[in-house]
Amino acid sequence: MGDIQFEIDGQTVTAVPGMTVLEVAQKHGIYIPTLCHHEKLEPFGGCRLCIVEVEDRGWTKYVVSCVFPAAGGIIVRTRSEKVDRLRKTILELLMAHAPDAPQLVELAKVYGADPNRYESDPSFCIHCGLCVRYCAEVAQKNAIGFVDRGINKEISFVPEIAAQYCNDCKACFPLCPTSYLQAAFVYAQAMTFPGAGHN
Amino acid sequence: MARLETPEALESFRQEILSRRDPDSPCVSICAGAGCVASGADEVIAVFEKEIEAKGLSATVSTKGTGCPGFCEQGPVVVIYPEEICYLQVQAKDVPEIVAQTIENKQVVERLCYKDPATGERAVKESDIPFYRSQQRTVLCNNIKIDSKRIEDYLALGGYAALAKALGQMTDLEVLEEVKKSNIRGRGGAGFPAGRKWEGSRNAKEPIKYVIVNADEGDPGAFMDRALLEGNPHSILEGLILGGYAVGAHEGYFYVRQEYPLAVKNIHLAIQQAEHYGLLGENILGSGFDFKVIVHQGAGAFVCGESTALMTSLEGKAGEPRPKYVRSNVKGLWERPSVLNNVETWANIPLIIDKGADWFTSVGTDSSKGTKIFSLVGKITNTGLVEVPMGMTLREIIYDIGGGIPNNKKFKAVQTGGPSGGCIPEHLLDLQVGFDELTKAGSMMGSGGMIVMDEDTCMVDVARYFIAFLTDESCGKCVPCREGLRQMHRILTNITQGKGKQGDIELLEELAETAVEASLCALGKSAPNPFLSTLKYFREEYEAHINDKRCPALACKELINFYIDPDRCTGCGTCRKQCPADAINGDKNLIHIIDQDKCTRCGTCFEVCPPKFSSVVKLSGEPVPDPVPEEERTIRKKTKEKG
Ligand SMILES: Cc1cc2nc3c(=O)[nH]c(=O)nc-3n(C[C@H](O)[C@H](O)[C@H](O)COP(=O)(O)O)c2cc1C
Ligand code: SF4
Ligand code: SF4
Ligand code: SF4
Ligand code: FES
Repeated sequence: MGDIQFEIDGQTVTAVPGMTVLEVAQKHGIYIPTLCHHEKLEPFGGCRLCIVEVEDRGWTKYVVSCVFPAAGGIIVRTRSEKVDRLRKTILELLMAHAPDAPQLVELAKVYGADPNRYESDPSFCIHCGLCVRYCAEVAQKNAIGFVDRGINKEISFVPEIAAQYCNDCKACFPLCPTSYLQAAFVYAQAMTFPGAGHN
Repeated sequence: MARLETPEALESFRQEILSRRDPDSPCVSICAGAGCVASGADEVIAVFEKEIEAKGLSATVSTKGTGCPGFCEQGPVVVIYPEEICYLQVQAKDVPEIVAQTIENKQVVERLCYKDPATGERAVKESDIPFYRSQQRTVLCNNIKIDSKRIEDYLALGGYAALAKALGQMTDLEVLEEVKKSNIRGRGGAGFPAGRKWEGSRNAKEPIKYVIVNADEGDPGAFMDRALLEGNPHSILEGLILGGYAVGAHEGYFYVRQEYPLAVKNIHLAIQQAEHYGLLGENILGSGFDFKVIVHQGAGAFVCGESTALMTSLEGKAGEPRPKYVRSNVKGLWERPSVLNNVETWANIPLIIDKGADWFTSVGTDSSKGTKIFSLVGKITNTGLVEVPMGMTLREIIYDIGGGIPNNKKFKAVQTGGPSGGCIPEHLLDLQVGFDELTKAGSMMGSGGMIVMDEDTCMVDVARYFIAFLTDESCGKCVPCREGLRQMHRILTNITQGKGKQGDIELLEELAETAVEASLCALGKSAPNPFLSTLKYFREEYEAHINDKRCPALACKELINFYIDPDRCTGCGTCRKQCPADAINGDKNLIHIIDQDKCTRCGTCFEVCPPKFSSVVKLSGEPVPDPVPEEERTIRKKTKEKG
């Protein structure tokens, strides 16, 4: 199996077919910010923070590195004026929901994001899906899922399943990038008032 | 009739059907499409059948409920063959007269024919009606000739001849080459060349492949796919089988939205009939080619029309787009090569194979070939479906076919491409309709929605409206779309309510860029179009809302006031009686005044004030004049002075 060679931020990197640009970057110690990525879980591609600039045969495009397959000869730039601007907007949009989440505050410093740029609506969950996917893919319990669609989408525990397993697991709680309390809160709510909130 | 084992058997069966039909004997075709049914077509059909039976004409005169020919505005539409006499807005009570006059005595019932609103002239034949005259209907034209429940009708018109030709005389590669040569681009969205998409699937290593019909049609107000599905399902089915043959797929899917039960029924029936005659299933027409078709009903979310979401939904999972950079034609449904095309795209395929790629490319522009069906709605005289050659100008479509803007209003813009399309202003009315032309103008072809807007439409509000729709329809998976659209909607709403701030336009531009560049699927990527195009062509309207708190189109409720012109008010009292807020004060012989604090700006007074007085005016961005002082409110009778 021939190795793939390409360039990230001026550095030549190698990969095997099937690797994503993010994986290759991480292997070479090049940092790309992520919020919805977790090495144990299937790529989700939801937060879009890992967006990078790719030059491929003279064409420049913007792709999310956590799902973009490594390919020979491409030139990847993990920071550029536009990449930074897109990340800044994404962070500002998320901070309207979770202004104090430590990960977001850290990243906001790097990209100059203003937590108060957009009208705030503190609901904390940024829909990264880590808790949901962890429970489905690793714990294989499906005790937590997304309900509804679009801006009404929320995470929700399935009380019957959660009552049985969650107390001994709680593995999803620390995965949450915005607040440990978010998943815990929804969990507690599901246990105390099953069915509340979605009637 | 048993299975047809060879292309020749199909041909002789067709001759047999034709020989049973006398081309000169009258046939009454009544549109049984959704629009006409809503205006009473079912009853018209029933009464025709009864009347013909009662007069003992059943042996010579046939009646059929057909698919939609497009002129829904004027339905129920009845066409009488062989003369092609076209009657519009036919009601059950008209039927005895039609049977007696037209069928028995070959006389035209003038009053039911189309009347040109400008000249008053009548048009007897369908093809003489201006709405149809400038169209070029190659895909849609058979709808009114076919009872979609009868495969014989489709066969009589040459149906499945393309399939017989392909399987009997062409290799699968030749079919692919013909489609590639036709340059047909997808009719459902991005306008990707179908032949290239097919080739990618054909060449993909994985041996099991699929072909899929996208019959999700999520665009509000659009019904071209529905008209074809309900009116001529065999044409789509034939296209799909041809596609399967060309790419080497043995399984095809119809993904139909749940809101189209009649379409689902008709497709099931079409499949059954095609199977019955050996046009579908194993060893089609004795060629050795096997192909089966499965119908799937979608849950009807707009995003499910997006290709990866549609396939995820077909797999039985929640219809959310997939974050993949490998095209579906290589890795699609169940990770296998899958060709997804729109209903209208598939319906064009039999025509291309039957008549050849050169015939197809003889119509259209350099980069857009063939015809396109549009759903023409909004502030336009003739609403309905129109099929025109690519390259026709917007002006020709809107004025020659659509009959222009009603009520002497001025044209303002036409929105093309569905909810995430763009608005094209008046100075671009001579733009030729084509994929690249529309994209260059900041809009898109999309699936063919066309919404005409007149001077009373506020373009900021239009952008707000479409972004609101797309915010609702976002699947919510990715941040730029879910959060970005939510914020865009908030800002646009504020602007239309007079709460716009300096910097709002720039903020919107930034959100638009993020959605376009960083969204996961094409819903988010194209969602900012309504905003970007209205900003490009109507920037002054945004500025007027933000800087002067003025709505130039006098449409945004929060930015207008109603005022009664004291010089015109006759004290008739119409507005006062109908004002739901009791905001109008007046009496007989008293000039009426509006209490601005009580007024809810519902617009009733403006609507009801008799046109000859037109005393109620809308104001925006200017102070409302003080009400007439009490002592000047008595109206002096002008009649005496005249006398
Ligand atoms: C949000 C969204 C909704 C869509 N809805 C439809 C639809 O209802 N029907 C359709 O044919 N294509 C729809 N499309 C386009 C499809 O994704 C796809 O491009 C098309 O079906 C391919 O067929 P074509 O090449 O024949 O146009 C939609 C795309 C997006 C992004
Ligand atoms: S609760 Fe936390 S981990 Fe779960 S989806 Fe929301 S932000 Fe992600
Ligand atoms: S762009 Fe919108 S619809 Fe598409 S994946 Fe993202 S949130 Fe879902
Ligand atoms: S706009 Fe409506 S509420 Fe206001 S005065 Fe007219 S009718 Fe009354
Ligand atoms: S980490 Fe790539 S989209 Fe979230």
